[in-house]
Amino acid sequence: MFRRLVRLQGPLGNILSPDKVCPRNQQLRCAVNYSSALVEKGRFYKDVSISQSEGGLYEINLDRRKLKTPGGKLFTAPNEAMAIAVATEWDAQKDTLKYYTMHLTTLCNTALDNPTHRTKEQMISAALKFLETDTVCYRVDEPHSLVELQKNEWDPVLHWIENRYNVTIGSSSSILGPAIPKETNDTFRQHLKSYNFWSMTGLEFVITQLKSVVLAIGVIDRHLSVEQAVLLSRLEEEYQIKYWGNVEWAHDYESYELRARTAAGALFVHLSSESSTVKRKLMQN
Amino acid sequence: MAAMAPALRVCRGILKELRASIGPTYNKSLAYNYVMDQFRKNKITGERYCRAQQEAHHDSNTYLCLLGSTRTHLALHKMYHGKGECSQESAAAMVGLRLPTQPGGKGWEK
Repeated sequence: MFRRLVRLQGPLGNILSPDKVCPRNQQLRCAVNYSSALVEKGRFYKDVSISQSEGGLYEINLDRRKLKTPGGKLFTAPNEAMAIAVATEWDAQKDTLKYYTMHLTTLCNTALDNPTHRTKEQMISAALKFLETDTVCYRVDEPHSLVELQKNEWDPVLHWIENRYNVTIGSSSSILGPAIPKETNDTFRQHLKSYNFWSMTGLEFVITQLKSVVLAIGVIDRHLSVEQAVLLSRLEEEYQIKYWGNVEWAHDYESYELRARTAAGALFVHLSSESSTVKRKLMQN
Repeated sequence: MAAMAPALRVCRGILKELRASIGPTYNKSLAYNYVMDQFRKNKITGERYCRAQQEAHHDSNTYLCLLGSTRTHLALHKMYHGKGECSQESAAAMVGLRLPTQPGGKGWEK
């Protein structure tokens, strides 16, 4: 029986990259195309599953094809929990693929491909630079109720992190921001060095989203929940919303997007740095 | 300081989110099995303050937040930003105007 070669043609007609043509006998090698943002890709798979490869790494399978990163590498997750979470993201896609809802997948792709070729040291330096303009340290002078709100909400977090890491950060209402002593920087640098490359990718992501090193560390150390951290990060906006009113298509939209990204980043850090063992305790009567 | 919902509520919340995003087959999915497994494993502890249990509780809260906010964000996106470009007629109708018509054509059209 003859079988026709199934040619997958994009809307650009003949301008095809080699990746897009998938003859039947090469199905297992087909790259998942992330292609352009303009073309909406439909869900082309039915089942999502995970499989373990050598080295304890996990791969994602869409029907019978293995998921790949945008850089063309094979997608590998460091443990089962991460793989299941990513698989769930792919499984939750309905008729079209919406990459902007697949936060964990994006983070994994960034960690695997490292498209900007950054080292862990560069990421740590970039993260610590954020400390100089940390949201929690940057205070206003007026209106008075906002000053009070900032004091009541942000001071406890500052005290917590100063106690926890034995550092001085302080807050400032000048335009230059607080003066961070060198010892504080060194302490944090030492602490951040203990995270592996994947965790550091996630942590930097959370810092960039929350615009605050203090709040990011608060979430990662499980002192704050994600919702609390997002609220603290958007404190002034929430204050203005209470005064002027809420605009759903802007405020809620941004709030939920920030929550989703921060939650994804925090989960990414925790899943990348955990390792679990099961120890059976004998029941003693 | 992290005042979080009790574990049972988080568990049910996660299952609700999974059902909403995956569909009726959610109780056969990988995530369902893994989440239920983790909740059962961490339920009983001999310690008074069990760090692993606290960590797992925080992680489950984080995952619930992730699932819930991505779904809400997607719904908001579809509602407000998903329509794409509209035609000239509907753009004009948005402010209560109509496009001008010239009966007989403009003369230079076919």
